[in-house]
Amino acid sequence: MARKQARMKGLTLLVVLLAVFSLTFMGCTAPTSPPAAESTTVEEPAEEPATEAEETDDFIILATTTSTYDSGLLDYLNPVFTEKTGIEVRVVSQGTGAALETGKRGDADVLLVHDRVSELALVEEGAFVNRSDVMYNDFIFVGPEGDPSGLKEAGDALAGLKAIHEAKSGFVSRGDDSGTHRMELRLWEAAGIEPGLEEWYLSIGQGMGDTLNMASEVQGYAMTDRGTYVAMKDNLDLVIALEGDARLFNQYGVMAVNQEIHPGVKYEQAMQYVDFLMSQEGQNLIGSYQVNGETLFFPGFGLE
Amino acid sequence: MSRIGEGILEALRMIVSLDPDLIRIVGLSLWVSLSAILIATILGVSLGTWLGLKSEKKTRLINKVIFTLMGMPPVVAGLIIYLILSRQGPLGVLGLLYTPRAMIIAQVFLAFPIITGLTMVGIRAKGQVIEETARSLGADSRFAAWTVVKESRIAILGAVITGFGRVVAEVGAVMMVGGNIDGRTRVMTTAIVLETRKGNFELAIGLGLILLSLSFFVNSVLYSIQKGGDVHDG
Amino acid sequence: MSMTDNRPLLEMTGINKVFHKEVLRIESLSLDKGLIYGVIGPSGAGKSTLLRIINLLTPPTRGTYRFMGEAFENGNDRERLRIQREMALVFQRTLLFRESVRHNIAYGLKARRVPRKDIEKRVDELLAYLGMEGLAHRRGDTLSGGEAQRVAIARAVAFEPKLLLLDEPTANLDPRNIALIEDMILSMKRDKGITVVMVTHNVFQAKRIADEVIFIDEGRIVETGPVERVFSSEAHVKTRAYVEGRMIY
Repeated sequence: MARKQARMKGLTLLVVLLAVFSLTFMGCTAPTSPPAAESTTVEEPAEEPATEAEETDDFIILATTTSTYDSGLLDYLNPVFTEKTGIEVRVVSQGTGAALETGKRGDADVLLVHDRVSELALVEEGAFVNRSDVMYNDFIFVGPEGDPSGLKEAGDALAGLKAIHEAKSGFVSRGDDSGTHRMELRLWEAAGIEPGLEEWYLSIGQGMGDTLNMASEVQGYAMTDRGTYVAMKDNLDLVIALEGDARLFNQYGVMAVNQEIHPGVKYEQAMQYVDFLMSQEGQNLIGSYQVNGETLFFPGFGLE
Repeated sequence: MSRIGEGILEALRMIVSLDPDLIRIVGLSLWVSLSAILIATILGVSLGTWLGLKSEKKTRLINKVIFTLMGMPPVVAGLIIYLILSRQGPLGVLGLLYTPRAMIIAQVFLAFPIITGLTMVGIRAKGQVIEETARSLGADSRFAAWTVVKESRIAILGAVITGFGRVVAEVGAVMMVGGNIDGRTRVMTTAIVLETRKGNFELAIGLGLILLSLSFFVNSVLYSIQKGGDVHDG
Repeated sequence: MSMTDNRPLLEMTGINKVFHKEVLRIESLSLDKGLIYGVIGPSGAGKSTLLRIINLLTPPTRGTYRFMGEAFENGNDRERLRIQREMALVFQRTLLFRESVRHNIAYGLKARRVPRKDIEKRVDELLAYLGMEGLAHRRGDTLSGGEAQRVAIARAVAFEPKLLLLDEPTANLDPRNIALIEDMILSMKRDKGITVVMVTHNVFQAKRIADEVIFIDEGRIVETGPVERVFSSEAHVKTRAYVEGRMIY
C-alpha cells in the first residue's frame, strides 16, 4: 500500500507538470475541448482484417456490454472470426440496457449481452432471433480489506446484502441500467431491501471500472463481474468479500437482430458470428481465455 | 421519429410539472457552477486586472500560460483534480472526492483562466488610460484599480458569463471528480450522458432543453452586452 | 489670493526625465499662485511630459521638486499622493467614466473620501456655477467632444485643486466650444484663484488667456516670461521664430 501511495503521488505530480508544461509550450494552439468522457467505445480492429479491397467493406456491428469488451475477451475472439470469414467486427460497448436499445433500433446487427430475462422477452416480442446461451461468468462482492460489514461470515449473497444494509457501510452501485445493475437490483429485491437515495448507497450511473474505482476511493463495497475486478485489482484497494453463490452466476446470450423488422441489418453475417461463437472452436476459445492466470468466462449454459 | 417527439413532450411535461428529479439535478448544477464562478471571478478578475495594467512585454510568459489554460480540455482538468483529491493524492485526507465541493474545485480550475484571460484582454485595451485618469483626479492605487474594474465591467461581465457557459455545459471534469452519484453529485450534463446510455431519453431531452435554454440566455445576454458596449465606445 | 504666503506654488530646479534618453530637462521653473501659464512649443518638444512631471504622474529622474515650500523625495508614495491631491490633470484625450456626468464630477471628491452629503452639495453648486445642470444626468461616454471636455474640466476643479494642468484642452473643438472653455479657464482663475498650466499648440490662444508663457523646444525650457514680452521683439530668437511661424533650425 505504501509503495502504491508513493507511486500515485509521483504520478500525480508527473501528470500535473506534464499538463501544465505541454499545454504551455503548445502556445495558443491549444485544442478545443474534446467531447466529454463516455463509456461507449467503438473498437476498430487492431489490424486490417483482409487484404482484398472488397472485403474491407464487410463488417458487422456488435452491441455488447462493457464487461466483455473491457475484459479483453473480444480482442481475443474477434480476430479469429475475421481471419476465418473476412468480416470485420465493430464493437459498440454499452450497458446491457443500452445495448438492447441499440439492437431494438436496428443500429446493430448482433448482440452479446447478459440479461437473460429481458433477452428472452425481447426474442418473444420478435426484436431478436436465434438466441443462444453462449457463456457465463460469475459475480463477486468486493470491499475494503478487513471486511468491516462481515460479508464473509454472512456466507451467501442475500445475507451479504443484508449485512451491508445493516452496517450502513458504503455500497457503490453501477446505477446505469446495465445487466450487472439489473442483477444487483434483483438481489436487493430478493433480500427484501429497497435502496434509494440514502447516504450509504451510491448510485453512480457509470461503468464497472468507474464503480470499482469509486468503491476503492470511498472504501465501500461493490458487486462486480470477476473479469473486471481481476483486470483492475492491482490499482484497487479492494479484496474479494464474497463469491461462489449460484445466484451470482451470470449468463450471456448471443442473438441476431430480426431482419424482418430491420431489413437493413446484415443478418447473414450476424448469423455467421453467432455460429462461430457457438461452434466447438468458439466455445473452446472462450474457455481458454485467461487474465492474470484466471479464467473469466465459461462456455455454455451455467444456470441450474 | 415519433420516439423523439414523445421524448420532447414528456420532457416538457417534466419541466412544467417541476419533476423533483429534474429540479434536484438542475439545482445542483446551478449551485455548483455559480459557486465555482463566484470564486473564479474573485480570483480571476483580481489577477486579470493586475496583469492587464502591466505592459504586455512584462507578462508575456504568464499570458501564454493563461491563454493555454483557457483551452484546457475539461477531462484534463478533471484528471488533475481527481489525482490531487484521490485517497492516494496529496489532498486525499480531506475526503473531498465525489462531493459537490470537488466539482466546484474542478470548475474553478476551468473557469479561472478564462475569466483571468478575458479580463486581462479587456483591461489592456483602456486600463492604463483609466488608471491615469483616476490618479490625475487624486485616486490612490486601490481606488484607481477599483475604477479600472468598474469601467471595464462590460468586458469583465462578458468574461464571467463566458466562464459560466463553459463550466455549466462541461461534463468530463464533473463526471470524474463528482462521480455522478444519484442525489448527490449528479448534474445536468452527467445525467444526460447516463440517461442517454440507459436509453431513457425523456429526462435526457428535458435536461438538454434546459441546458440549451440556459446557453441561449447566456449568449443573448453576452451578445447584447457586447453590442451595447461597442455602441458607446470611444 | 488673499493668503499672505507669497512663496511660489511650485519650484523645480535641475530636474530631468530619462526614459531611454533624456526627454526633458528643466534647469529652473517656478509657478506663482493665481496665474495662467501657457506652455507652447513644437510637437515632441516635451510639453506633455512637463505636465506629467509637475503632476508627479511620472516622477522626475533627478532634481529638486518643491510644492508649496515642501520638497518631494522620489519614492515617497504617500507624499506623492498628498501632492497629487492638490492638483488635477486633464489629458489631451479625455476619458469620461461610463457613468452620469454627476458621478464623473463627484469622482475626485469620492477619491478624497469627502462625506456623501457634502459631495452632493458641492456638485450641485459647481453644475449651477458652470451652467451645466442640463448635462447632469447624461452618461459620460455619450457626450459630444465639447461637452465632454467641459465636463472633464469641471471634474478636475470639483475638488478645488490649487493647480490645474490642462493638455491641449481645446484641440479639435469648434470656435464656440473653444470660447466656452477659455471662459471656463478664466473664471477658474478669477473666482477660485486656481493656478493653471495649459499646454497648447495654438500660440494665439496662449496670447489670449495666458499671463505667462513657457516656450519649450527639444526638451528644454527656452524661455519663460510674461505674455507681453514673449510676444514682443524682446523674446528669445527661437521663441520668435516659433511664434511667428518660421522655424529656422
